[in-house]
Amino acid sequence: MSETTPVDRLPIELRTEALEQLLTERGLVDPSVMDKFIQTYETSVGPMNGAKVIAKAWTDPEYRERLLANGTAAIAELGFKGPQGEHIVVVENTPQRHNVIVCTLCSCYPWPVLGLPPSWYKDPAYRARVVREPRVVLAEMGLELPPETEIVVRDSSSEVRWLVLPERPAGTEDLSEEDLAGLITRDAMVGVAKVAAL
Amino acid sequence: MTAAAPLDTAGPAAPPRSNGELVFAEPWESRAFGLAVTLYDAGAFEWEQFQAALVAQIAAWERAHPSGERFSYYRCWLGALESVLVDAGMVGPTDITDLAAVLAARPPGHDHA
Repeated sequence: MSETTPVDRLPIELRTEALEQLLTERGLVDPSVMDKFIQTYETSVGPMNGAKVIAKAWTDPEYRERLLANGTAAIAELGFKGPQGEHIVVVENTPQRHNVIVCTLCSCYPWPVLGLPPSWYKDPAYRARVVREPRVVLAEMGLELPPETEIVVRDSSSEVRWLVLPERPAGTEDLSEEDLAGLITRDAMVGVAKVAAL
Repeated sequence: MTAAAPLDTAGPAAPPRSNGELVFAEPWESRAFGLAVTLYDAGAFEWEQFQAALVAQIAAWERAHPSGERFSYYRCWLGALESVLVDAGMVGPTDITDLAAVLAARPPGHDHA
């Protein structure tokens, strides 16, 4: 790296470092607060939160009703809230109707219950193609749906952040809420997979 | 035309089969993420402002990008954050580039992985 590095070739990590340094110097960002945020999203906020919500909905019919009526409020009952947690709308998958989530414009996603979105969710290919040919995209991701199942693509935005309530798999009648939560994956709550009984 | 691009099944954008995926591919991505969330939390801007800027950055990349360049979500994210902060007057239009150039000129060995 020399002093003659053209401006547009400056590595992105240096731009990021420069911005962080500027904002810290100006007192706009406290690095220790920032480290805490990063750590929280790397370790404590993730799909396991959503799995607890879904497992409760599977075992508690009244909670399930509240969840479908007002996602954000029912999710907050379990203590999960924060940025991108507003306006969560939960839709139920059934053998007749399968919902799958996308954000065609950027990456709207219910952070408090799913964590930060995976890279494929943000990828231009997924965002464009799942709208045009959802059945094909789902099959490529390993989910073959029978032709009679209707597929509904839900486009998230700042006004609505969708979350899928997956079908509870057969053979799980005797499982506890906690054991059920262990079966529920991020992909199932986005609608690109089903929950398997194991 | 990105709309025709196949789903990446092997690279970093590959659809994972489980919950286990690193949230950030590189350290700078986590810093860029952390800056936006920390500033938002401190009331520096409305989330809608940042989101609109992010949508614009992503759309601009999809409209025109060097052929063969991979989509980088956090590159768009950082661009969006920079534009919001410049618009709000919190950083000057050339501040970031100027300081990044200074950082780039540090002697070798100062590099941090």
